[in-house]
Amino acid sequence: MAKIIFITSDSEKVELEADSGSVMELAVQNGVQGIDGDCGGVCSCATCHVHVAPEHFDKTGPASEIEQDMLELDDDANEYSRLCCQIEVTDALDGVVLHVAK
Amino acid sequence: MKKSEFSDPFEQARNEQGIGHMNDQDDPVTMVLGLKDVRKCAHNWKTFQSGAKPGRIVVPSEVNIRDTRQIPFEVDPPEHGDYRAIVEPWFKRPLEDEYRAKLRTQIESLVDEVLTKDDIEVVGEFSLKLQSRALTLLLNIPYEESEVWIGWGTHVFRSEGVALDGDKAAILYDYIDEQIDRAQANPGDDLYSVLLNSEINGRKLSKEEVKGVMILTFAGGRDTVINAVTNSIAYFAEHPQALSRLRDEPEITNRAVEELIRYFSPLTHMGRVATEDTKVCPHGHDVKADSRISLCWASANRDEKVFENPNEVVLDRKVNPHVAFGFSHHNCLGATHARQIMHILLETLAAKVGSIEILDAKENIEDLDQFKRKVGFDSINVKFNPR
Repeated sequence: MAKIIFITSDSEKVELEADSGSVMELAVQNGVQGIDGDCGGVCSCATCHVHVAPEHFDKTGPASEIEQDMLELDDDANEYSRLCCQIEVTDALDGVVLHVAK
Repeated sequence: MKKSEFSDPFEQARNEQGIGHMNDQDDPVTMVLGLKDVRKCAHNWKTFQSGAKPGRIVVPSEVNIRDTRQIPFEVDPPEHGDYRAIVEPWFKRPLEDEYRAKLRTQIESLVDEVLTKDDIEVVGEFSLKLQSRALTLLLNIPYEESEVWIGWGTHVFRSEGVALDGDKAAILYDYIDEQIDRAQANPGDDLYSVLLNSEINGRKLSKEEVKGVMILTFAGGRDTVINAVTNSIAYFAEHPQALSRLRDEPEITNRAVEELIRYFSPLTHMGRVATEDTKVCPHGHDVKADSRISLCWASANRDEKVFENPNEVVLDRKVNPHVAFGFSHHNCLGATHARQIMHILLETLAAKVGSIEILDAKENIEDLDQFKRKVGFDSINVKFNPR
């Protein structure tokens, strides 16, 4: 079981727990504002953009090349950006803080 | 070749030049073919604008048959964002349980009906009906209104053999004018009324603006949905194991929807107008100010630099960064509705249909000058067999 903390653009803190699936699915199931996941998690729509808290970036690792290609055209992207449909929930994520980009 | 096989006519040009050329009504188009290049140009609205003369960014151009600006489609940022914010919540309604339940009822009853017939022409007797009935949900108007649209035939703008048909377009535009007047006289909770009551920058939307949104809603979701549905039926006819797989592994349904939409790319391309002399692609092809480019979604979605086995339907393709719904600011407003249609259609076919036989098919080949692309079928007769 991993605890995942979302901070929305309204600075609302949402703490959720899961042991499988993707971070995007967890966020959508719980109505986290700013995570839409329009494409259902196939890395096509870029509506699940988060900034990983820099001190937690080793928990998620960096974006894949395909993710980076999407993110480089996103005006809100930075070096800690991820599309969270591409982050699988595992114990390694426990305690991670994700700032919702939108 | 199998009926459901859609080859990639752009491969050689994409790899060798990165672009293609199309002369459309003496307003030539430089077609951008690679996925990365398409995304970059779609994102760069300052250099590649949508807010040109109404109809010009559509290929084939509609400047001779339409004066009304489609909204938010033919508007650039920042105004684009203001319009989009007005319509976005409405076009997300397909995510609501009640909407999905109604859509499921429509699709299940249509599938039940075709299962009793010996010979169904899919485009006219299945896809057009499905698309028109579903549109009553998107507009939030009575189901019976779909009979009017079904009566218009499969194409709003295109007649058989004629790329642009001004008379057909006039039917739609006159109809929308009437409906806006009706909603103004007698407001309800339909899309026309909601738009008439919407405000942008402190003023009400004008009738012309409402008309612009409605034309987009009708035209953008007609051929595209019809082709996605029809082509998917052809695919399942020739891949019955895909139906049984969806039955056994319903968790892959979302991936299957995205993959079918990538593979069929119902909208081949969309234009932009250059606002300055510029270049496209790593090869640096010149594009002159006030000339057109197109963002070729269909080519980008077969880009072998990004997709493994791009010319195969990989039903459970996990990472699928396709651009079939466009990319960046102008991504498809109707995508939520379209995805729900496809998702429920696949679930319903898997649950009820054992096999589909293709009896006869006539392909619809788009003529893009340098390229000929199969985009769907003019007609395809099938027999649906129950499980």
